[in-house]
Amino acid sequence: MTDSKYFTTTKKGEIFELKAELNSDKKEKKKEAVKKVIASMTVGKDVSALFPDVVNCMQTDNLELKKLVYLYLMNYAKSQPDMAIMAVNTFVKDCEDPNPLIRALAVRTMGCIRVDKITEYLCEPLRKCLKDEDPYVRKTAAVCVAKLHDINAQLVEDQGFLDTLKDLISDSNPMVVANAVAALSEIAESHPSSNLLDLNPQSINKLLTALNECTEWGQIFILDCLANYMPKDDREAQSICERVTPRLSHANSAVVLSAVKVLMKFMEMLSKDLDYYGTLLKKLAPPLVTLLSAEPELQYVALRNINLIVQKRPEILKHEMKVFFVKYNDPIYVKLEKLDIMIRLASQANIAQVLAELKEYATEVDVDFVRKAVRAIGRCAIKVEQSAERCVSTLLDLIQTKVNYVVQEAIVVIKDIFRKYPNKYESVIATLCENLDSLDEPEARAAMIWIVGEYAERIDNADELLESFLEGFHDESTQVQLQLLTAIVKLFLKKPTETQELVQQVLSLATQDSDNPDLRDRGYIYWRLLSTDPVAAKEVVLAEKPLISEETDLIEPTLLDELICYIGTLASVYHKPPSAFVEGGRGVVHKSLPPRTASSESAESPETAPTGAPPGEQPDVIPAQGDLLGDLLNLDLGPPVSGPPLATSSVQMGAVDLLGGGLDSLIGGTNFVAPPTAAVPANLGAPIGSGLSDLFDLTSGVGTLSGSYVAPKAVWLPAMKAKGLEISGTFTRQVGSISMDLQLTNKALQVMTDFAIQFNRNSFGLAPAAPLQVHAPLSPNQTVEISLPLSTVGSVMKMEPLNNLQVGSGQGRHPSPYSPTSRAPLGSVEGRVYRQMFLATWKDIPNENEAQFQIRDCPLNAEAASSKLQSSNIFTVAKRNVEGQDMLYQSLKLTNGIWVLAELRIQPGNPSCTVRLSLKCRAPEVSQHVYQAYETILKN
Amino acid sequence: MIGGLFIYNHKGEVLISRVYRDDIGRNAVDAFRVNVIHARQQVRSPVTNIARTSFFHVKRSNIWLAAVTKQNVNAAMVFEFLYKMCDVMAAYFGKISEENIKNNFVLIYELLDEILDFGYPQNSETGALKTFITQQGIKSQHQTKEEQSQITSQVTGQIGWRREGIKYRRNELFLDVLESVNLLMSPQGQVLSAHVSGRVVMKSYLSGMPECKFGMNDKIVIEKQGKGTADETSKSGKQSIAIDDCTFHQCVRLSKFDSECSISFIPPDGEFELMRYRTTKDIILPFRVIPLVREVGRTKLEVKVVIKSNFKPSLLAQKIEVRIPTPLNTSGVQVICMKGKAKYKASENAIVWKIKRMAGMKESQISAEIELLPTNDKKKWARPPISMNFEVPFAPSGLKVRYLKVFEPKLNYSDHDVIKWVRYIGRSGIYETRC
Repeated sequence: MTDSKYFTTTKKGEIFELKAELNSDKKEKKKEAVKKVIASMTVGKDVSALFPDVVNCMQTDNLELKKLVYLYLMNYAKSQPDMAIMAVNTFVKDCEDPNPLIRALAVRTMGCIRVDKITEYLCEPLRKCLKDEDPYVRKTAAVCVAKLHDINAQLVEDQGFLDTLKDLISDSNPMVVANAVAALSEIAESHPSSNLLDLNPQSINKLLTALNECTEWGQIFILDCLANYMPKDDREAQSICERVTPRLSHANSAVVLSAVKVLMKFMEMLSKDLDYYGTLLKKLAPPLVTLLSAEPELQYVALRNINLIVQKRPEILKHEMKVFFVKYNDPIYVKLEKLDIMIRLASQANIAQVLAELKEYATEVDVDFVRKAVRAIGRCAIKVEQSAERCVSTLLDLIQTKVNYVVQEAIVVIKDIFRKYPNKYESVIATLCENLDSLDEPEARAAMIWIVGEYAERIDNADELLESFLEGFHDESTQVQLQLLTAIVKLFLKKPTETQELVQQVLSLATQDSDNPDLRDRGYIYWRLLSTDPVAAKEVVLAEKPLISEETDLIEPTLLDELICYIGTLASVYHKPPSAFVEGGRGVVHKSLPPRTASSESAESPETAPTGAPPGEQPDVIPAQGDLLGDLLNLDLGPPVSGPPLATSSVQMGAVDLLGGGLDSLIGGTNFVAPPTAAVPANLGAPIGSGLSDLFDLTSGVGTLSGSYVAPKAVWLPAMKAKGLEISGTFTRQVGSISMDLQLTNKALQVMTDFAIQFNRNSFGLAPAAPLQVHAPLSPNQTVEISLPLSTVGSVMKMEPLNNLQVGSGQGRHPSPYSPTSRAPLGSVEGRVYRQMFLATWKDIPNENEAQFQIRDCPLNAEAASSKLQSSNIFTVAKRNVEGQDMLYQSLKLTNGIWVLAELRIQPGNPSCTVRLSLKCRAPEVSQHVYQAYETILKN
Repeated sequence: MIGGLFIYNHKGEVLISRVYRDDIGRNAVDAFRVNVIHARQQVRSPVTNIARTSFFHVKRSNIWLAAVTKQNVNAAMVFEFLYKMCDVMAAYFGKISEENIKNNFVLIYELLDEILDFGYPQNSETGALKTFITQQGIKSQHQTKEEQSQITSQVTGQIGWRREGIKYRRNELFLDVLESVNLLMSPQGQVLSAHVSGRVVMKSYLSGMPECKFGMNDKIVIEKQGKGTADETSKSGKQSIAIDDCTFHQCVRLSKFDSECSISFIPPDGEFELMRYRTTKDIILPFRVIPLVREVGRTKLEVKVVIKSNFKPSLLAQKIEVRIPTPLNTSGVQVICMKGKAKYKASENAIVWKIKRMAGMKESQISAEIELLPTNDKKKWARPPISMNFEVPFAPSGLKVRYLKVFEPKLNYSDHDVIKWVRYIGRSGIYETRC
């Protein structure tokens, strides 16, 4: 067979020749001609002129010829809609053919002809084919519904094809089920609101059965569809997981990844205390590792997904570092991804091995890879403190190689190491300065300038070094210019006598000769600062810098959760939500992980930090939003800074109290911020605000999942006082709202009805959010449990004592007042504060407002205390270890809007187990109660 | 889903172009050529996004296969499909080359129409496809109704990979246990990392719809099954191995494996990969490499490498090759080896030492003197690891096939009528010793 000859005819007048051949009587010649037409079509020639002639060949018994003509039709029908009608008869006739293969072929092809007029004729044959006796025809028809829907959605709905398609989910043939699921999923995507894929336990069961029987592709369709289902409780989630896990052994990587997606999603609903949860975690690691022995393209997809999985659940792969070691002949895209994951998995336990590997990589040939390896060494230093020294010496070795890009990359990371461990590795500065001349990349130059400015007092010739950069000031990139300006101002503040001229020079360069508004503005700010109040200038420019985060390139948690729902798909490869690369409405449904529904009575153990957002890390993942403020504090280069969204919060957060304190103090302490703030709000537009609100969405979603402390019910109203009605209760918090759990017991001899409740004004603004509902009358000796949702928008009145809450409830017309003695739940979910803000507020509250307490007999370590408090909405802002004591800095916001900042000192080795608590708050009255709350939470 | 599928030759000329979705225009064909095939810099990802259109590509020799989409498709599925597409084409016409594709373009279009519908992959098992995509279109008229429905039920059925009515005079099956053993060892002989990735490839020539059951000496399987027969456990327990993870061909009933740890299946006809597995524990390392590198002054290196074979003396390793890297400024090399042939290959910067055969529990040695040109390059020589290639007639993981039982209730042949062959081949993967 030498069909390749069809590709080589390039004569003129070819079309005419073909026309003649197509109309030939000889079958063989006809077929040859159609082949030539298809070949021309493939290479991009326009053969649409032959349309009628080709369509004439359609009436044939030769299946091969028929398929070729169909192929031609699919390509050109749209350009010749009127002619295409000619083909309809044949299609309709073929749909009745005794041979199922031909019926299916006809219905398949018809769906691909996107001509409105044809679709009308398509409906009847399609309806028949959907109910065909042959499964092959039915499975083809199922996909055809999706095709038709793409052309004319209304028609599909009107003709009732959607219902037929839904019926096919119960078909006896697994492939029909799989295709129906695929078609329905696609249609459902363009109607996000409709409840097309009405998944319920019964239909899920059917899908899970079909899963065992259908082709590998069908399994993927079904698993992808299952991932969209929201099980109603943890038990259902577990049973689905159990039936999906066997898929992890499938040879097809896509089946494995889709199964991983389902498991990762449903795992959210499982309680971590379950044995099954641990088993599942263990089962996930081996298949993920096995994916790395697939073909390189699939490895790439797998690695991009593993990157997400490692961020979401680091525990799965924490022992599998070795498999991510780069192999010599891995393609570059696999190498780079592996490197990323290695950094993420680096820990104290494996750092020696990782460093040895990274050092090897830094000597490879590929420039990007080498750079990334060098950068990775720096990241390790920042992440694992114990290894910092070794990392720095490795970097110095690399700088000695004098390979240009290695040196530059090393300098960039060393700058970050200086930030993380100030005053520790300054001895290397001399070595760095030797390489000053070889730096030609802006990032490296800026990093070097930053180092010189920061340590100006220890570098004898700092002024000369900076001056040398100044010569070509206007040729530098903005990044370098800004950095140079700041560095020289720093130098001036440190050595004012010798550098006056230099600072004048740079200020005039920045303010007078530059077109760049950022540069000019910064120049002016410095200038004014220096001329009006040099002391303030010193405070601003040489201010203590916030810590840099340990992790880089972390995906923002809400996005991460969304991407977990897209495991295996393009979104997970790009690390972007589908809306970023898919046009139109298709596939842009926002997906989110299911909330945990399991009973959350049990407190989390310290090892298993709450999912997603452990308190300490939360502020670290803020994307670049803080840059603007960071700019002013001369933090412009480098990794995400934990703290800056301070000013941005003025846009979003309703927490006015806090801002009053936080921002005031900032302005008070640092004069220079005042002028620019006028310009700031304009720049901090909506995107920043929404990014921030995303973060808060998360807090309210995830932060409250973990088991919060609930005080046991206490008897509030004894039966004797209220004509036989005994009320006991407690306060609980669920997903951000507070409710009062009441237990009503009828201790009288008569039936009770007509219950009501009323709250007096109280310090917390608590009020019932819904009327008290006790449905049935309460017969003697019967007990009912009610959960009454509360809101905190009621009017606030200061009570004495502060946590006094007077509630009246009762039956009939005899309300009995009582005071719930159990403490009202303290924090609200917005009680999280960023480090910088914390510091500012702490300083701002007068010292007399500080109250100190001791909590005895509390044998908890810092982590455990932190996670316990976190579950009661007391958030840990920062943690430090000072002289063997663990210091936890925490914040909470009472429901009435009062902020409380706390410092908790825990002495690990202390035999008396005493924890010292310092509280600061603008309303010092609350301190006593907060202390009591702390005590209760920590001891339970 | 997949919006279109294109095949290009190395110059970027389109050989096959099939569009499934309306959102993919003709310009997509050119976009890929311009931005990927003709790109000035080598493309650094198998997935490329050009103007909101995503291109997935794989390369086979100098042929590019590209799948195009504008939606958020299952990326893993697209690549699996592209590989499958290559397998199907190879099964129909051999090697994937420009010539073969041009010669079979009609067939390829027919296949693409069948295995991808509106961008959704359909049954792509060659066993099933070959029953009705034959390139002899006229055949359809001679098919009886039963034949037709048999085809369709097979294509859509539970056992889509095997057709009914296969007959062999001699029922025969071949099992190949193919392993590649990977090692990274420190100069002191400490194992830094080692793993075996293995495959069980089966060639079956069996009549009817045979039900097969495969057994191996995996710890979990043996423990689970051996509960009843205590002495079998104690006998095989010693030799059982721990498999880290395994994956199976789609014919294996996964739910049964999950619940009972038994590997049961109806095999496709002919050759297929039954399972893949990975082990990291108790690996038999067939060779140990002991390097000794001494720098004599600035212009000379002395290298001595000893290899020791570590397996039964009755077995023979083959195709042994040891590769000793040399510095870039090597000017001359003198080699002496006890066995085999050794050569310095300047173009590869390595001494290549080849030994045809070597029995177990033997050792052999090579020593070399490397003359270096004096350089002012401060960069030290990175000392790449010494790598090794070989082939041994056993499975380094210790995996043993315990049984493969065949049942065909409808036809009258029984398990012991089937002729079975088992072969073990261990090859070196990346087998390196640092020096």
